[in-house]
Amino acid sequence: MNRMESFAAAAAFAFGTLVVGAVPVPVAAQTINAVMHSDLRILDPIWTTAYIVRNHGYMIYDTLLAVDEKLEVRPQMLERLPEASADNLTYTFTLREGLLWHDGAPVTSADAVASIKRWSARDSMGQKLSGFVKEWQEVDARTFKLVLKEPYGLVTQSLGKPSSNVPFIMPKRVADTNPMEQISDFTGSGPFVFRRDEWKPGDKTVYVKFDRYRPRAEPASGLAGGKVVKVNRVEWRAIPDHQTAVNALMAGEIDYIEAPPHDLLPVLRRDRNVALVDWNPLGNQYVFRFNATQPPFDNPKIRQAVAVAFNQEDFLKATIGDATYYKVCKALFICGTPLESQRGTEGYLESNFERARALLREGGYDGRPVVLMQSTDLVVLTNLAPVAKDLMTRAGFNIDMQSMDWQTLVARRVKRDPPAAGGWNAAMTSWVAADILNPVMTGFLNASCDTANWGWPCDPQMEKLRDDFARETDLARQKAIAEQVQVRAFEIMTHIPLGQWYQPAAIRKGVIEGIPTAPAPVFWNVAKKGN
Amino acid sequence: MLAFVARRLLSTIPVLAIVAVFVFLLLRLTPGDPAAVIAGENANAAQIGEIRAKLGLDRPLATQFFVWLGHVLQGDLGESFFYKKTVAELILERLEPTLMLSLCTIVLAVAIAIPLGVLAAYRHDTWVDRATMAFSVLGFSVPVFVVGYLLIQVFALELGWLPVQGYRRLSQGFGPFLERMILPSATLSVIYIALIARITRASVLEVLGEDYIRTARAKGLSDAKVLRRHALRNAAVPIVTVIGIGIALLIGGAIVTESVYNIPGLGRLVVDAVLARDFPIIQAVILVFSVAYVLVNLAIDLAYTLFDPRIRY
Repeated sequence: MNRMESFAAAAAFAFGTLVVGAVPVPVAAQTINAVMHSDLRILDPIWTTAYIVRNHGYMIYDTLLAVDEKLEVRPQMLERLPEASADNLTYTFTLREGLLWHDGAPVTSADAVASIKRWSARDSMGQKLSGFVKEWQEVDARTFKLVLKEPYGLVTQSLGKPSSNVPFIMPKRVADTNPMEQISDFTGSGPFVFRRDEWKPGDKTVYVKFDRYRPRAEPASGLAGGKVVKVNRVEWRAIPDHQTAVNALMAGEIDYIEAPPHDLLPVLRRDRNVALVDWNPLGNQYVFRFNATQPPFDNPKIRQAVAVAFNQEDFLKATIGDATYYKVCKALFICGTPLESQRGTEGYLESNFERARALLREGGYDGRPVVLMQSTDLVVLTNLAPVAKDLMTRAGFNIDMQSMDWQTLVARRVKRDPPAAGGWNAAMTSWVAADILNPVMTGFLNASCDTANWGWPCDPQMEKLRDDFARETDLARQKAIAEQVQVRAFEIMTHIPLGQWYQPAAIRKGVIEGIPTAPAPVFWNVAKKGN
Repeated sequence: MLAFVARRLLSTIPVLAIVAVFVFLLLRLTPGDPAAVIAGENANAAQIGEIRAKLGLDRPLATQFFVWLGHVLQGDLGESFFYKKTVAELILERLEPTLMLSLCTIVLAVAIAIPLGVLAAYRHDTWVDRATMAFSVLGFSVPVFVVGYLLIQVFALELGWLPVQGYRRLSQGFGPFLERMILPSATLSVIYIALIARITRASVLEVLGEDYIRTARAKGLSDAKVLRRHALRNAAVPIVTVIGIGIALLIGGAIVTESVYNIPGLGRLVVDAVLARDFPIIQAVILVFSVAYVLVNLAIDLAYTLFDPRIRY
């Protein structure tokens, strides 16, 4: 063997040793590798309303109450639903026995009260509730009371709110953090423990099973019932490129994609190792929002003209395409929910251009350009604006569609300046249905002028109806008020619903089982086979 | 030589200062508000304003700049608006994947492109030369992501030989590291192979026409020795220059490759930061890239002395 051959042999041996020596040790059994709709960057689900942070909250925290598959509020950390006094002014809450924080300390009333107070400072329903609260009383370690100034009809709906911001319960030392600052201690009492030491933003977020979690005895339903963890570990993998995530699922490198884009669903459907799961049958709602402070949309007649010119089918076809995943529905509070109604929607969303033009004339539209913002980087929103532009142009509007990335749009939509000075006239977004199930929860129905959501509608009658709804404790009467709210919303046109759409998850068929049907993607009761 | 190195290192200071001012102003003048992003869909103007104040974004631009500069001069790159982690910590986490991807790409590109370029020059006007030039044109023309998806389709999905995505650190074993590095570095190296092969061919072709090559051949040296000892050594300076430029260009290519192969490197970090308007990360990563660029150029200048003894600093 000459020198070169000896060197080659040594190199081959060294390389072989390295490769063989590095044969991966089998990873801990029962790890679900999931790709969520976004990377987790913020860890405080009270500080932000971002859905990925809400989902993180469901992994590591628990809630006093939770909604089941029928959207009925059920006890979760509580032994039973809160008991109301005869005058409906006092509610008594009793925590379940044996609830523990991830550090082993017991969950107490003080923790629950501090958490609700912090949530109330940030969340719209929490703020509404806190307006009615006289005081919170800690009776003992497991019992606390809510004393109201006057009866309030949304106590359980508020504390069982399924989507952002969810009233997650945190240890008192954490919940005492200023609501305007992020928490830095991530101790929860939920079914999973967050592994901060393994959290690598942009790469992965790791959760492990909380062995001492005590699930409820009832079967799981929606976000309520027994949260039984069937895997040791869940890893959220950050794969921002949709095609790469789909390839990884088909190659068996990951197990679950929360939100594969609709244009890739046919590819996934053709793969016999992949299944599509509709985990959120309530879906989402596309919405067109006016800036009610700037002409021409400071005039309700002109806002109505837009709703008369629109039809939902065009928007849904352009964005979702496959009719399996969308539904034409004019109801503001989502079709298939207790407050679904069609009242007030008659004559709208049928693309009646003649009537739209008549309304424009009545409203005195002067042909000024309407600045319509288009988001270009969120696939699920991109095609909405061109459809709106086309329909509005056919009705006689002069549209100036301006394209920008989503974050620019988010920053611009909170500006109240005139469109020519960096403001805007109209924009479109999408709501998760769980966020718009009633008039108080629905942010776009807030018509309190300067303190309303972007778009700033101003209507005392709407605010009174929302207050009436909040005060009402009878469900049938609540529904009647919700209908009046919807009628008023279409009169003053706070926003226009552009139809419902659904986002299936993609999973490895025969590997992942038991995905819960719920308003948020959760991982309890999910099993992984074949490990 | 030492004086040259010291001078070059000193010259990085004004370069970095200009980059710092430029990046800072560019970010602040670009539309977008991290506070609005953080606050989320339900937030009102007051809540967004509170977050903006908390992040210090409500202060005058000059104050923000000097506060940031003061921290940078003390070695503190700041804290991410979103991650609640220091920027230095985030950069350190992401440095290895990008360095390894760049290193593997350059090694692969040089190992393939230089012999290919020499061969094309040696076999000038034959099918080998024409095939090399055709590959070169193709390598330049096809976007990195197209090459990436094609390689994934063939080698990961159809043949199942290699993983689709992901990264394993060297500390997790050389095998898993290599397995996940082959396709990304092959993808990214295509354009550099095309570039380096083309320049190598041109340089060697020019040198092969020189008198000293004819003399070497007349002395009876074999073609291999002529090419290695005389042609390639004399053609090295432009080749080294183009490799240096290639390393700088790698930064752009790495961003796309890291996205296609889901490699958690600096490229992905900066893209995510741009999309979220996470100013401290963007500012710090661009500064790091600038330092790297200056140092690579310095290294290339020093490498010239190895190949051409006439060059002295």
